[in-house]
Amino acid sequence: MEWQAEGTVLTRRPHGENAVIIDVLTAEHGRHAGLVPGGASQKRAAMLQPGARLALRWRARRDDQLGTMTAEPLRLRAGLMADPLALAGLNAVCALLVFALPERDPHPRLALATERLLDLMDRAADWPADYLQWEMLLLDELGLGLDLTACAVTGAREGLAYVSPRSGRAVSRAGAGEWADRLLPLPAIMGGAGDNRGRGLAEGLAITGHFLRVRLAEQMVGRPLPEARARLLRRMAR
Amino acid sequence: MRHPQAEGSDDIQALIALMARLPGLGPRSARRIVLHLIRRRGDQMAQIAALMEKVAQNSRECLCCGNITDRDLCAICTDPNRATGEICVVEDVADLWALERGGAFRGRYHVLGGTLSALDEIGPEDLGIPRLLDRIAGEAVSEVILALNATVDGQTTAHYIADALEGQSVTVTGLAQGVPIGGELDYLDDGTISAALRARRRL
Repeated sequence: MEWQAEGTVLTRRPHGENAVIIDVLTAEHGRHAGLVPGGASQKRAAMLQPGARLALRWRARRDDQLGTMTAEPLRLRAGLMADPLALAGLNAVCALLVFALPERDPHPRLALATERLLDLMDRAADWPADYLQWEMLLLDELGLGLDLTACAVTGAREGLAYVSPRSGRAVSRAGAGEWADRLLPLPAIMGGAGDNRGRGLAEGLAITGHFLRVRLAEQMVGRPLPEARARLLRRMAR
Repeated sequence: MRHPQAEGSDDIQALIALMARLPGLGPRSARRIVLHLIRRRGDQMAQIAALMEKVAQNSRECLCCGNITDRDLCAICTDPNRATGEICVVEDVADLWALERGGAFRGRYHVLGGTLSALDEIGPEDLGIPRLLDRIAGEAVSEVILALNATVDGQTTAHYIADALEGQSVTVTGLAQGVPIGGELDYLDDGTISAALRARRRL
């Protein structure tokens, strides 16, 4: 078995003295692990850090084996390490992907969005709103997507103000009625508009965080969400 | 294929098997070492065995910095000439020893014993970071040097400690990153070159 693809390193674990096992995200093969012989060497350590974009070749005798990987660097994204917020973002992205995605299950849209987000972080661009969109896409790819197109009660497409914490569907102000205090406020930023920072972003991340915690962590995985996400939110709030 | 009879007694085979599990050794090199020691069993092997037993009984972590020592406090922590008000935070004892070999730092150390890792669920409490913060608050520390690895986990830990020390009257610094001594630009990765450019200095 053999494939070649571009991928981004999510995790790196030592294996013996000279080798490492890396977990990479590729568009074609999803989250995929492989052994990199000699990956612990000083020369290769830099390119096998989380966030690095690599040209990969995976080989194994059988498809269900771990297999070995050879890698050539494409973009190391060294800028991520210099910026505390970007580093916190990288940690959250990698930790959530490893936490949420089953191995070898391709999610090309998510892989593409992850690449774009990491590039924004590396360039020190204003990326927190893109991170929120990325979490929404992650939920969508896991089959837990939010439906923010119309009110779940009235069917109206205007005046959407809340999200139901149970169904993940939008609710209009008129439809919410006396239940409003039990619903999550829907910020304009979740529709791709509004303030990129501040309250709208925090409300958006509270919504995605609710569904990541309840539907993914509690109902699907059975473990708490990675602490890296909470660290990112604390860093964003500074 | 194993040849037990050709490799001596069960004890010798057990010793070879134990040696083969040490860092840098495999079965072949373990056999060579054991054979060498047996040939020198009168002097070298007995000395090594006695010292290993002594070290196993006496070695412990320094109560202050986490260095390996045979007393409650290590020689660095008890040296009055090193009370410079500078604490160098390192990930591992091996890093402390590496810095000591360089001989450029004359302050004291703090060994974390690892780095924060979201994936391995290693948090600040697991690394004794609260103990470091207590130490900084209790001693007359003017500078904390975060000598952590230039890896994602190392730098995440460095930023976490820097955040925790924000607002305290202590200077927090990190090691420079750039071109190593004897390094040629053509052979450096682009991350190192970028870091070196960002940290350029006037000549």
